[in-house]
Amino acid sequence: MAVAALEQEILTLRKRRQLYSLVGVLLVIAVLMSGYSKSNEMNSGGFLQGLSKFFDYPGEIVVEAWEAGPAFFGLVITYIPAMLETLNIAGVATLLGGALAVVLAMASTRNVDSWGPLIPVVRRLMDIMRAVPELIVALFLIFVLGSSPVPAMIAVAFHTAGALGKLFSEVNENIDRKPIEGLSACGANWVQRIRFAVLPQVAPNYLSYFLLRLEINVRASAILGFVGAGGIGQELRRTIGWGQGAGDETAAIFVLLFLTIMLIDQASSYLRGKLVGAGRAH
Amino acid sequence: MAVDTLNAPILDPGTVFRGVRRRAWMTVALPIAVLMYLVYTWFSFGVPDLLAKAQPERAALLATDSVAYKVHVTKLLRRDIMEVAIEGERRATYAADELPDWVEVNGTDAAVDLGQGYSVTITGKVMEFDVPDYGLIRVTATNDGVRTELPPGPVPDWLRDDPKKFDARPTLDRRVQVTRTKIEVHNYFGGWENFWFSFQSELHGMSFSQLWALALSNERIDPAQSNMSLITHEFLDNPDWQHGEVFVALFETIMMALLGTLTAAFFGLPLAFLAARNFTSSSIVRFFTRRLFDFLRGIDMLIWSLIFIRAFGLGPLTGALAIAFTDTGSLGKLFSEALENIDNRQVEGVRATGANQIQRYRFGVIPQILPVFVSQVLYYLESNTRSATVIGALGAGGIGLMLVETMKTSRDWENTSYIIILTIVVVIVMDQISGWLRRRLIEGK
Repeated sequence: MAVAALEQEILTLRKRRQLYSLVGVLLVIAVLMSGYSKSNEMNSGGFLQGLSKFFDYPGEIVVEAWEAGPAFFGLVITYIPAMLETLNIAGVATLLGGALAVVLAMASTRNVDSWGPLIPVVRRLMDIMRAVPELIVALFLIFVLGSSPVPAMIAVAFHTAGALGKLFSEVNENIDRKPIEGLSACGANWVQRIRFAVLPQVAPNYLSYFLLRLEINVRASAILGFVGAGGIGQELRRTIGWGQGAGDETAAIFVLLFLTIMLIDQASSYLRGKLVGAGRAH
Repeated sequence: MAVDTLNAPILDPGTVFRGVRRRAWMTVALPIAVLMYLVYTWFSFGVPDLLAKAQPERAALLATDSVAYKVHVTKLLRRDIMEVAIEGERRATYAADELPDWVEVNGTDAAVDLGQGYSVTITGKVMEFDVPDYGLIRVTATNDGVRTELPPGPVPDWLRDDPKKFDARPTLDRRVQVTRTKIEVHNYFGGWENFWFSFQSELHGMSFSQLWALALSNERIDPAQSNMSLITHEFLDNPDWQHGEVFVALFETIMMALLGTLTAAFFGLPLAFLAARNFTSSSIVRFFTRRLFDFLRGIDMLIWSLIFIRAFGLGPLTGALAIAFTDTGSLGKLFSEALENIDNRQVEGVRATGANQIQRYRFGVIPQILPVFVSQVLYYLESNTRSATVIGALGAGGIGLMLVETMKTSRDWENTSYIIILTIVVVIVMDQISGWLRRRLIEGK
């Protein structure tokens, strides 16, 4: 009977699917287990010895911060200029990178009438810009320009242009083409079509991604500071280098960094929620 | 009612004009604000100072050195010996009967042909450098410095004539230096030297087909191991390039990203249920789970890695844990948002068949969030491959640390570019794999 055969077919298909899922899950578990045991071997300190020491360092700096007493808040304040520098690196990088990303996105989406032959070229360019780790660009520029915030800024901006460019061009792909057609019927040129038909449609989404990127870039600039690009990262490296006794300074930087990141996260997620409506803001 | 709306316009002109004026003001004020911010940072970053102090010649040096290598012809005047070596390294010194054909050594004297009419002869303590379009430069090393005899006319800018040291570099790929203790000629060649095998290896200079034949032949070069394993070992242990160590470092970096992301997903998903409004009715539990996510994310990878480096030392485990901690927060938050947005009808449908709670989760909830779950995990895997290089540079090991170290010694730029190229290749490959998986798993293509 045909129905029986069909049922048989469905059953085998389901069995095969279950087998695939099982194999997939087992594979992930195997990778996790073998990966952790292998990394444990490769690590210079083992997991179990390390576990007992895990709270030593945080404990040490908390104790030193506690001993500093009210002077601790003074310490936090002394590091605000460095934090501001990191924020500036992130801010300028996001602004410049974002501006470049808008240009790249407009040049790489068929939906907004970009010039055809340019589209694949710009797309590959953005792929490369995204793939190059910020660290590499930053280290290279630090070597040429010397230790300063500018190399970090350029490195972060470079990566931002690639990453935002891709997201922006995805936004472009989903817009309504009717305003563009309306404007071209009036004889508007390409720049005018972009300005009056595309930008008003995409602006909220662009801004939302822009804020998200700002959030990411603050973290990235802090890390790049650690390899010599100035800002809070550099201060952190200095205080950690002092070793024992400077725990209160390190703790002050940790606290400042944590508070700033939290503040920016909250502000940006609130603003993004307002821009694109709750639920879509991620 | 219709009459009312006709008589009293909905929009009164005042509001409209206010709105228009506000927008017009914004279009002017916003760019000005951005511009002023950029001007402020221009000075606070010290860009003018930076431009004055920048060393563009370092970029040129880096670019030349990363695609070229030089062979030194050195005469050590104190010991009166002549040496020809790649990059002047003792390990890579040419034997007397295997000299490159552009050098002719005659006892302790030498004639070096630098191509295109440039040539150097070294006789005793005298170096003669023949430069086309300029003339013959004659430099003699004396007991307290050098004595230079230049052709008549103005001194060109590629030449540095100092009583202690003579240095001439007429083109980018030819250089001559004389001090009172040695005469040194550098001849530059394109390419990466000794890339496959070290200079001292028996395999140095063999072509690919020769190697292939060797690998298949039964006559062992080293009786202790097969030719195949000899070739592999000689390649991986090449002291100039350290292929073996570079590959291990790359592997460590990939491991950090993979383990960190998978662990984060593994812990993030169950925690996300605790943070989602429609799955956890207790607002206290929800509040604390969400604050836990914020805390993990807010501490940031930088601080986590510093703490873990202290506890666990260098290695992939440290990096993996730092990534796992930060991303448990990020992924947990994303998953809990996805969980709050699921369609409840599907869960109700499963419940109507008499399913218990686990079955409702398995068949009503998981299928809805699986696409978000998979795509976000893959996105994070992609970006964590890049993060892992940075964490490595902070001291967790892997390719990032190796990169920072080769850059610090700033001697062998070709090694640095090699590592950079490999890192970028790995990142791109991870990108492609995750993109391919995403398409397969989610869109079913």
